[in-house]
Amino acid sequence: MKKINYFFKGFFLIEFVAAFILAMKYFFRPKATINYPFEKGALSPRFRGEHALRRYPNGEERCIGCKLCEAVCPAQAITIEVGPRHDDGTRRTTRYDIDMVKCIYCGYCQEACPVDAIVEGPNFEFATETREELFYDKAKLLSNGDRWEHAISKNIEKDSSYR
Amino acid sequence: MQDTKLIIDEKEYMVNSELTVIQALEDIGIEIPRFCFHEKLSIAGNCRMCLIEVVGAPKPAASCHLGVRDLRPGPNGEPPKINTKSQVAKKAQKGAMEFLLANHPLDCPICDQGGECDLQDQAMKYGTDKTRFSENKRAVENKDIGPLVKTVMTRCIHCTRCVRFSTEVAGVSELGATGRGEDMEITTYLEKAMDSELQGNVIDLCPVGALTSKPYEFKARSWELTKTESIDVMDGLGANIRIDSKGSEVMRILPRFNDDINEEWISDKARFIWDGLKAQRLDRPYIRINNKLREVSWSEAIDAVIEKVNETAPQKIGCISGDMSTAEEMYSMKKLMDNIGSGNYDCRQDSSKLSIDYGRASYIFNPTVNGIEEADGIVIIGSNPRIESPVLNARIRKRWLTGNLKVSLIGEESDLTYPYNFIGNNPNLINDAKKIGLDGCKKIIWLVGESVISRDDGLPILSKVVEHALNSGSISDDWNGLSILHTAASRVAGLDIGFVPSVDSLSAGDMSNGGETDLLFLLGADEIEISKGTYVVYVGSHGDIGANRADIILPGSCYTEKNGFYVNTEGRLQEINRAVFPPGKAKDDWSILKLISDKLNKPLDFIDIHSLRKIMFHDCPNLLSFQLVDDQYHVNLKKLASTKGVILDNSLDIKIKDFYMTNPIARASKVMANCSIQKSKKQ
Repeated sequence: MKKINYFFKGFFLIEFVAAFILAMKYFFRPKATINYPFEKGALSPRFRGEHALRRYPNGEERCIGCKLCEAVCPAQAITIEVGPRHDDGTRRTTRYDIDMVKCIYCGYCQEACPVDAIVEGPNFEFATETREELFYDKAKLLSNGDRWEHAISKNIEKDSSYR
Repeated sequence: MQDTKLIIDEKEYMVNSELTVIQALEDIGIEIPRFCFHEKLSIAGNCRMCLIEVVGAPKPAASCHLGVRDLRPGPNGEPPKINTKSQVAKKAQKGAMEFLLANHPLDCPICDQGGECDLQDQAMKYGTDKTRFSENKRAVENKDIGPLVKTVMTRCIHCTRCVRFSTEVAGVSELGATGRGEDMEITTYLEKAMDSELQGNVIDLCPVGALTSKPYEFKARSWELTKTESIDVMDGLGANIRIDSKGSEVMRILPRFNDDINEEWISDKARFIWDGLKAQRLDRPYIRINNKLREVSWSEAIDAVIEKVNETAPQKIGCISGDMSTAEEMYSMKKLMDNIGSGNYDCRQDSSKLSIDYGRASYIFNPTVNGIEEADGIVIIGSNPRIESPVLNARIRKRWLTGNLKVSLIGEESDLTYPYNFIGNNPNLINDAKKIGLDGCKKIIWLVGESVISRDDGLPILSKVVEHALNSGSISDDWNGLSILHTAASRVAGLDIGFVPSVDSLSAGDMSNGGETDLLFLLGADEIEISKGTYVVYVGSHGDIGANRADIILPGSCYTEKNGFYVNTEGRLQEINRAVFPPGKAKDDWSILKLISDKLNKPLDFIDIHSLRKIMFHDCPNLLSFQLVDDQYHVNLKKLASTKGVILDNSLDIKIKDFYMTNPIARASKVMANCSIQKSKKQ
């Protein structure tokens, strides 16, 4: 019986035809791959990409230097120094560094932040040529915030109903 | 004395009936939340956080002002019953917490107290996670109470710990509350700066972030600080402190509890000195060439010292140690001088007349700080304990508050925060025992200040004091009332080590006058003018008077940067620990001296600090003899009393003119300078 079955499959090229049909099925289906640099996949609003420091709509930086992100960071990638600002004496950071090489993108920093200042934005394309460029300072993070504010605020709004 | 039976949370305990319920509960390990209650202050009972259920009572009771004796037994004579975790107690605590939080701002992230805040911690444990208060929160204007304490009065929960501290412990009724209910505000009434040497303690007392440290503003978070236990060296008391550092910087200094010395207070100088540790530091060796200090390497500097030592006759070499040297440094310096063959070393840069010839009892604070609480009479001679040792003064005030204490003062009149009988400002008044007016007192403290002993007639005055003390019976087998209040942290250790010249050697005064010495080592000695002509080698940490005069500067380390021992004015040996490393090329002072001795081919016989200590304690057993009664002390003190001399007729002036500027670290500190300006404006 086994032998007959084997002969039958071989004689009528059953496996070949089945494979061909499967291939054709996928051939006519919409493609799963995308043309990456020109096309990008959909991202969740909770996507944890490159960090950014946000500002209030009036331009005031949100970060108040409470150091909770620094405390919670499991990779100890964040370094903060704080002092009273010269003009009004409010508590502000004088230094806010993130070592993006150390960062494990866990998102604890944005969870800890009481003012939504540090966020992990939707940007994931920040590869650099040198290692040094991945040591982000406050200016870099603030400029990230300015550049991505629109997307970030939209994401936060979308996610807000789950919080 | 556990003498009363209580039923606490359904379990029977024996407790001390003299305590309040909150203390009794703490003794057996039950934690009760509290804000206003503080062991060292009077009981206010106004935060209502410590409510517990007393079975049989109509409503919850505040355990902080409920005495164990006030509890009534049950109807059948069973022990009183209290519940700390029952529904009633929990609901009461939760309610009190909700009321406190109703007006407390949610600014923990920008509050310096965040992370070490009683309200934060207790809200986590005893509070609810939601607020039912939807009205506007109260806002209060901040008060300017000086350069040390920052106020954010909106955060205040009106526990009045600061008010009670300033009136009871500090003795200046400057803080108080005005208004009632929601309008209550803590203020200095007239918007003036606080005028107390102990005001920094209100920062520790404040259970919330209403009073925080101004110099420490936003500097660091409590969780990122490394804590090192150490000893304060700003005065002779040796208050126990904790140095909080971050990386290579000292961020703040806090008191450590020690009921035998400082309880839990420290002076403002001890607390806010830390910015002086970063300024004016000597971080590399210098040599003076053509009247200009030039930077050199360690080997060049040491070679220059060696050359100078070799070309100078041993008896022309001298050394003066400063007020903040550790015992180890002075011991190695003494050994080095002995090896060189010179006996000219002195630890008394203020030309104090204290001598080691009359035994240890003649130069320490014999009754001990705790002993102040047993005393019934205090004679203060030429001292102002309020500026020479504010914490000790607070202890005298504490004793005075309990009543039956007579205080007399010979010397400069000033506000000591307690009343005293002013006898006059002339040393000859000591001769008249009647005027001092302490008849009937059994335990008298004869408190003699540094300013007296450093006078030319210091020894005659001291011997007269000892004579009176002996006559009045205040030097007996169970009480030695002779108390020298040292202002220099290193002085007692220096005397214990014997860092004083022998009869045929030069004293600090002789050495500074010039002509007598050709080469002078200054071991952190900054309070002494050295006349021209002497070649000065300065070993120390700060660019101050000594370094200014120096021809060679060898950078040493501050008290936060080394391990070592100090002996406080009571003769108590205490250890300091390194919190941070010295800046730049600076080294431990004792290792500099070891280096010099090795290069001189007269090596000191130790290789590290442990072997140094071993030899030191072997050589100087006095260092370890705190409260060991020397059986010779009667004889020695009688010998001291029998030395005769002429007592001069001029007034007894206090040497310390400015509390905030007494040592090189303080003079380098900006905060201390601000305080000093503030103080001088007031006068």
